[in-house]
Amino acid sequence: MADFLQTLMTALAIGSLYALIALGYTMVYGVLKFINFAHSDIVVLGAWLSYSFAIRALPLVGLDAHNPATPPPIWMTAGIFVAVLLLCSLAGFLIERLAYRPLRRAPRLNVLITAIGVSLLLQNVGQLDFVFGASPQKMPALLPNWELPIQFGQGESIRYVVLPLIDCIIFAVSGLLMLALELLIFRTKFGTALRAVSFNTDFAALMGIPVDRAISLTFMLGSALAGAAGFLYVLKFPSMNQPAHSVWVLLGLKAFVAAVVGGIGNIRGAVLGGFIIAFVEQFGAYYISSNYRDVYVFSLLILILLIKPTGLLGSPVREKV
Amino acid sequence: MALLDIENLSVSYGSIRALRGISLKVEPGEIVTLIGGNGAGKSTTLRTISGLLSPQEGQILFEGKPIASKSPHAIAANRLIHVPEGRGIFANLTVEENLRLGAYCRKDTHEIRQDYEHALELFPRVKERLWQLAGTLSGGEQQMVAIARALLARPKLLMLDEPSLGLAPQIVQLIFQVIRKINAGGTTILLVEQNANLALQVAHRAYVLEVGKIEMSGPAAELANSDDIRKAYLGGH
Repeated sequence: MADFLQTLMTALAIGSLYALIALGYTMVYGVLKFINFAHSDIVVLGAWLSYSFAIRALPLVGLDAHNPATPPPIWMTAGIFVAVLLLCSLAGFLIERLAYRPLRRAPRLNVLITAIGVSLLLQNVGQLDFVFGASPQKMPALLPNWELPIQFGQGESIRYVVLPLIDCIIFAVSGLLMLALELLIFRTKFGTALRAVSFNTDFAALMGIPVDRAISLTFMLGSALAGAAGFLYVLKFPSMNQPAHSVWVLLGLKAFVAAVVGGIGNIRGAVLGGFIIAFVEQFGAYYISSNYRDVYVFSLLILILLIKPTGLLGSPVREKV
Repeated sequence: MALLDIENLSVSYGSIRALRGISLKVEPGEIVTLIGGNGAGKSTTLRTISGLLSPQEGQILFEGKPIASKSPHAIAANRLIHVPEGRGIFANLTVEENLRLGAYCRKDTHEIRQDYEHALELFPRVKERLWQLAGTLSGGEQQMVAIARALLARPKLLMLDEPSLGLAPQIVQLIFQVIRKINAGGTTILLVEQNANLALQVAHRAYVLEVGKIEMSGPAAELANSDDIRKAYLGGH
């Protein structure tokens, strides 16, 4: 029971991160029908920007940049978070504007190859000395290291489960962001317009919807969520691998799998897929063997693709003629 | 001044010239129809006017101002509204959301409300389906949604591309009655149709398009009686 609870909490936190990243993949796929391979690099950008801001901001309040004695005031942590979101959405905007928009009328394969190119570019620029450098770093703690111990059993068989604060924060912050996105997409005029654009850009333009602006906003929203995921990820796992490390690639890849499992192009599917992937991965790792954690994820992908190729919530909308 | 004035318009798809210098005018309050066979360039004409295609040559004046270089959303914001061939329904949205998008560019909430009620009065069947996904409607119902949605933009010029396509004869009758009503309410209409018979009955003036050129034009009643037209398009003898 105790182990189950701990695994559950970890799965919820990791699942939230997969879901946040998967949303960006699925939103871009929804409007442009291509996989933005550079999306996972925005997560890395968010993570490394968090680090760069943190080591510069901490000395301002008299703390050691790399090993602060106490966490910084909460407004500073929040400020870094907001700055990361803004810069990541700016990066998403620029990538779309400079790399993808000129190819709007080109075959989809060209855009796909370009996305891989953008991804490689970001990975390699990130390793430059005057950007983030090519060595691993340790993220300084930005939040108090609170843990919530829960006691199970009595006497001899007493056991404790320790729920880290960061897991709860990841779950809560991601939950709020996803709720905000849900409301934006399904409850506002802008969201309706965005769904119209994702169905057919020409038809949307005939409604007077500025399609290019809607696409820019899609990239900005998706990239902001990816930046949020990068920030939360390094708070949970402070040992940061260098920007082009395969750990990041795998993180992005699993989020992409989450989007596909949920049904690519489907917003709610991305969230569902994120949690399913994390549950399979975490519970498999705990109860079977952690050596095969990646195997569980990709086996699930193969299984889903065999049973329901459109993903769990993805249903091709048929038009009656 | 004509509401829409097209001069010497040429459009190509790659090396294929779809329109070869066509000129046409639509005066305020008219129903003008553009008829012709498959591949004559009817849809291309509408797609060029609404900005989805850009012309190689010629100019398009709407209310006296050139619009040929404008983006489609800016043209729609000027209330030149195009109901495309195949109806252009957003199958993934509800009927109600589809209708709301018709008024996307408008801010006058009160008038939108009125136009919304009015559009539903014209198509009572749409009213029963407001919460359904538009993709689940029949073809006729989708056409009604498409026209109702276009009306929510308060069009100065309404361009309809083959509204009769694939619909049962009774539904076609109903749609054309509504087209008359909309026009009687003061909306100018440019109608593209393969069903020349029907189009000439409802229109004031007509243009006959053949492989990218205007072959004939004049009052609809005259063209309906012309021998050439009857032979070519009306199945007459």
